[in-house]
Amino acid sequence: MFKTIKDLPRDEYLAPGHRLCAGCTVGTAVRQILKASGGNVVVVTATSCLEVSTSYFPQTAWRVPWIHLGFENSAAVAAGIESALKALRKKGKSNEDFHVMVISGDGGTFDIGIQALSGALERGHDLLYICYDNEAYMNTGIQRSSATPYAAATTTSPPGARSIGQRTHKKDLVGIAIAHGIPYAATACPSYPIDLMNKVRKGLDVEGPSLLHVLTPCTTGWRFDPSLGIEIGRLAVLTGLWPLYEVDRGVTRLTVQVPKREPVRKYLELQGRFKHISENEINKIQEIADKNAEKFGLGPIKE
Amino acid sequence: MKRVALSGNYAVAYAVKMADVDVIAAYPITPQTPIVEKLSEFVADGLLDAEYINVESEHSALSACIGSSLTGARTFTATSSQGLAYMHEVLFMASSLRTSIVMANVNRALSHPLNIWNDHSDAMAERDVGWIQFWVNSVQEAFDATIQAFKIAEEVLLPVMINLDGFILSHINEVLILPDEELVREFIPSKPLFNRLSPKLAYTIGVVGPPEYYYEMRYQIIDAIERSRKNINEVNREFGELFGRTYGNISTYMMEDADYALITMGAVSSTAKIVVDSLRKEGEKVGLISIRCFRPFPKNDIIEVFEDVKSIGVLDRALTPGGIGHPLFTEIVTTLYDSSKIIPVQSFVGGLGGRDITIDDFKQMYKIIKDVGLSGRRKPCIYIGLRE
Repeated sequence: MFKTIKDLPRDEYLAPGHRLCAGCTVGTAVRQILKASGGNVVVVTATSCLEVSTSYFPQTAWRVPWIHLGFENSAAVAAGIESALKALRKKGKSNEDFHVMVISGDGGTFDIGIQALSGALERGHDLLYICYDNEAYMNTGIQRSSATPYAAATTTSPPGARSIGQRTHKKDLVGIAIAHGIPYAATACPSYPIDLMNKVRKGLDVEGPSLLHVLTPCTTGWRFDPSLGIEIGRLAVLTGLWPLYEVDRGVTRLTVQVPKREPVRKYLELQGRFKHISENEINKIQEIADKNAEKFGLGPIKE
Repeated sequence: MKRVALSGNYAVAYAVKMADVDVIAAYPITPQTPIVEKLSEFVADGLLDAEYINVESEHSALSACIGSSLTGARTFTATSSQGLAYMHEVLFMASSLRTSIVMANVNRALSHPLNIWNDHSDAMAERDVGWIQFWVNSVQEAFDATIQAFKIAEEVLLPVMINLDGFILSHINEVLILPDEELVREFIPSKPLFNRLSPKLAYTIGVVGPPEYYYEMRYQIIDAIERSRKNINEVNREFGELFGRTYGNISTYMMEDADYALITMGAVSSTAKIVVDSLRKEGEKVGLISIRCFRPFPKNDIIEVFEDVKSIGVLDRALTPGGIGHPLFTEIVTTLYDSSKIIPVQSFVGGLGGRDITIDDFKQMYKIIKDVGLSGRRKPCIYIGLRE
């Protein structure tokens, strides 16, 4: 267990100089994830911002073994690695022992990769699947995914005379994962590094599949100042829009309590993607936060 | 060693068991399914010590196989038709990441209309993915090619696809010689392969290849598959020494003095042989060539046997709509372009979606090939057995 920032390992497994945008919180999240892993891990990543920004030949930002195959199959690749290691160890052909981890985006998880993810979770492979969620296809230029929140503007859910932006609501990824009967799933955000890293540790240490859903605010796609990424992540949590919780062997527990919630307006008004929305939409988004508060036991809104 | 009657599918399953594979990832599809059913039984009964991944799709099957192969496990999968088509993009990844996956593809037509029966559309649509492709003519060959495939794949670091005709070979029992497992183990020792996903190495695999590098990276596949010709021949020779059977890149029948030749692939050549025998009795100097190794294409082997031939027919069992010729025809014509001889080549298509190619059909083809040889002029592609 990591208790304070002083407990964090000094080892760095994601080298500086990668090509993620200035102010991108994905690099921050991956740095925390890999620190928590201790480095004895094979990482699989789907085609994504993270993939193109860290593996541009002849450079690499990865100091751990890393593989990328396609957009939709990171969970299947991880399943193959885990099974191979298991078989080779069982047959006395290998004495290697490492964790297998996926770090893929919301498009590669919620949309095109959900079939492979469901298969891997159902079969019970011993792996940790981490979805870093910047709430749209940012790598291809901000198109909506099924992780894009209600009313957000993207290039394929633009607001207009007949559109309020994204008309659907975000899928419940942790709910989907837990429905497979897996032992551990949780939400996280790099604005809360201790919480995130302890959840990575739990996910790795538990036997069987585990899933971590990490919110990673995107300066480019959400249209906020690059200095605000961590602040926006914090506001997502403090408004109740991104409750930090875990489901550990069937027991749901809030891991970061918010005694006094911020109104969602405070979160929304910092982001260009919500610039077009009216009071009506703000109220609807407030309702989402209120429902979360009720479900997970968050405090009331600040007066 | 024992003689047993097995179906083509079971012959492949026995070969995979004797190869002591570490990981199998597969999804059911007709007519391949008995392969993976048999392998599941072997694993369930403790006769094969492997991780069997019941994936949720063929796409995931091959994706898991790549992860497994790069971790150093001997890895197998099997598929057919739509399953192979669903794997399409992953097939490229398996070769360009230099895996040693062995896959049995039990040939079946592609939709639409849905058709579970045999033709060669599935594998021909995957000609250019950088895999070594074998095509077998018998159950024995299916077994032997599978054993050879592991050795070749692991030596050259390219995946190998063994094609066997759906139902015609996959579900028909033939007597074959099943070698002792120890002999197979001697040929392909059960050892861990190169683990490229080890924390000890920390490789970055599956990178972005920008224009300054992509071209050279892709060229490595050309280089590897060209060099594999030597390994294929050498593995075949070693196989012969140990098991007493060898196969060329092509197999020929009555070609020594043939004037008229037909080129086929797969099990249909056994029907063609019967026709060659009967036409020979009538005094016709006909012969047969069957392509065993389609990728890399055995150009030189083919040119050699064409030395004194007057005309050639090529039987395709797949289509290239709107093309200059169907897949095998195009390969043969291109091959001849590099030989010193000008030989007319007649294109035939037949046996699509499981339509029988009968003895009479072959007789008709040989008659047309002879006419083309005498006139020196070939006709547009002839669709054998197509109802008007």
